[in-house]
Amino acid sequence: MRRLLLLAPPWLWLLLFVAAPVLILLAIGLAEPADGVPPFLPPLGWEAGRPVWQGSGASLAVLTEDGWYALAFLRSLWVAGVSAGLCLLLAYPLALGIARARPSRRLPLLLLVLLPFWTGFLPRVGAWIGLLRDGGWVNGVLMGLGVVQEPVPLLYSDTALLIGMVHAYLPFAVLPLTAALLRLDPALEEAAADLGASPFTVFRTVTFPLSLPGAAAGFLLVFIPAAGEFVIPSLLGPPEAQLVGRVLWDEFFQNRDWPLASALAVALLLALILPIRLFQRLEARS
Amino acid sequence: MTDPLLRLEGVTKRFGATLALDGLNLEVRRGEFIALLGGSGSGKSTLLRLVAGFEAPDAGRILLEGQDLTGLPPHRRPVSMMFQSYALFPHLSVFDNVAYGLRREGVGRAEIGRRVGEVLAMVGLQGMEQRRPHQLSGGQRQRVALVRSLVKRPPLLLLDEPLGALDAGLRERTGFELRAVQRATRAAFVMVTHDQAEALALADRVAVLEAGRLAQYGPPQELYDRPATRFVAGFLGAANLLEGRVGPDGSVECAAAGCRLRLNEPPPHAPGEALTVALRPERIRFLEPGEALPSANAASGVLRDLAYRGEGWVALVTLSGGQVLRVVLPGAASPPPPGSAVALAWAAEANIPLAD
Repeated sequence: MRRLLLLAPPWLWLLLFVAAPVLILLAIGLAEPADGVPPFLPPLGWEAGRPVWQGSGASLAVLTEDGWYALAFLRSLWVAGVSAGLCLLLAYPLALGIARARPSRRLPLLLLVLLPFWTGFLPRVGAWIGLLRDGGWVNGVLMGLGVVQEPVPLLYSDTALLIGMVHAYLPFAVLPLTAALLRLDPALEEAAADLGASPFTVFRTVTFPLSLPGAAAGFLLVFIPAAGEFVIPSLLGPPEAQLVGRVLWDEFFQNRDWPLASALAVALLLALILPIRLFQRLEARS
Repeated sequence: MTDPLLRLEGVTKRFGATLALDGLNLEVRRGEFIALLGGSGSGKSTLLRLVAGFEAPDAGRILLEGQDLTGLPPHRRPVSMMFQSYALFPHLSVFDNVAYGLRREGVGRAEIGRRVGEVLAMVGLQGMEQRRPHQLSGGQRQRVALVRSLVKRPPLLLLDEPLGALDAGLRERTGFELRAVQRATRAAFVMVTHDQAEALALADRVAVLEAGRLAQYGPPQELYDRPATRFVAGFLGAANLLEGRVGPDGSVECAAAGCRLRLNEPPPHAPGEALTVALRPERIRFLEPGEALPSANAASGVLRDLAYRGEGWVALVTLSGGQVLRVVLPGAASPPPPGSAVALAWAAEANIPLAD
């Protein structure tokens, strides 16, 4: 009974805010689009005193049949993967530096990592427009130094998109990595050195393998939100290359095709569960 | 005598304002088992970390077989260390843990397999090769850590509280095993410990450290029977300290104890000077009723308290001068009840004059 009372709040939370929305999404995904508010017919109707099925799998079918959506999916996963990889690459030395710093310096350094969060998300992304556009600072410096004669088209490219992603999500990679490196017993690295391992070998054989769970957590914390990211691709990315976040937005608000948008959202959710499961397997092993 | 294996010359180490080691000199011979004994903050662990290369001395030199180690990083030093926490690699199997040092040397696969098997067999861990450290008991982990640091056959092994993490029942047996392994490998062991019984039982020579200095260095019996200072006398076996003054005839008058001591040797100080004499509790005996009190090396008092310890009795006797003397009697003795008047006596050679 006590157990039940203790477990009830988290289960209720999960039911209300995770399971129920997913079920609603799935229901809308199975509905037929229609004119009106909301712009769909519920998949289960009520006729002559008994429930009737009036939904269809058409929206789900569109996802598999129309290559456009599959492409947006693949592109999103690719962008999220590259962003997460770049974040890890940058976060590792940062996290190592913080973990190896004197204890009194660690907190200030961590606060510096979190400092960008103190300004709004949109201004931070918007700032990159000012930096990267043809008449922006980066091109201004390059042309001023005579490196280039014409402005380099930086904005609205994959480069700009990845810069924005890495900038926005870097702290999510730094924090779990730092935590993993701080948990590492310094005696392990000393023991490796004592047994004849050079500093690089110590890193390769002890520090790095033992930090992998932290790296995996950092990768996922970037990968998951980046896969559905909408704002950064819209503001910085190339306009012709669609990502799932933007396709979702367009289907919901431009085409008002809620069933299709819901089907997309459910598919994205399924695509993200896979890496999470992989991570759990990795955690369980170590 | 040949050159020492390890030689520390005037090694000094400061951590901020604290002086961990203060111009320490120490020599370790080939194949010797040395115990570094001291309380917390005595600098014993710092000494180990300096020899291993994890810390750099502020002054002085560390020589191994005549070669100056001082500037060498840990991985270039031919010494090994066994850590107090064992520091086994949690992501590697027992085999890979033990093979780690050999792999760094580029030893061939077959040779690694042979040597790892050999050292695991030495400590009875055959068949455990594929286990992970967390699947082992504390004693097994201790043995893996021991052979991991020995598999490269270092001339010198540093051990930081090697028995510290084991429970009491396992300590004695593991101590014997440690000695056996040391004899089999013929490596010199330098073991840090705060446990005096462990140091006396295992080591060929014991170095007692006090506040970063060497208080005394010698074989266990010598340290126990002839402690040089109050600190050593008190740290090893909790000796009684009798404060006195050297008399004109060379005997020592102790006011607080209310007795006169006759030493087996000329006193180290001139007549009139103060002298402290250490007296081991188990060297004191109770006089039989009716036995005459000798004129020296004897005292009378009241038995204040008595505790039975199985192998012996611990008695606290308040002497006529007011000082309380700790006396250890054999278990077979039948001491009088507390509150009785008792007379104590001891042999002249039980009096150990101290330098301070």
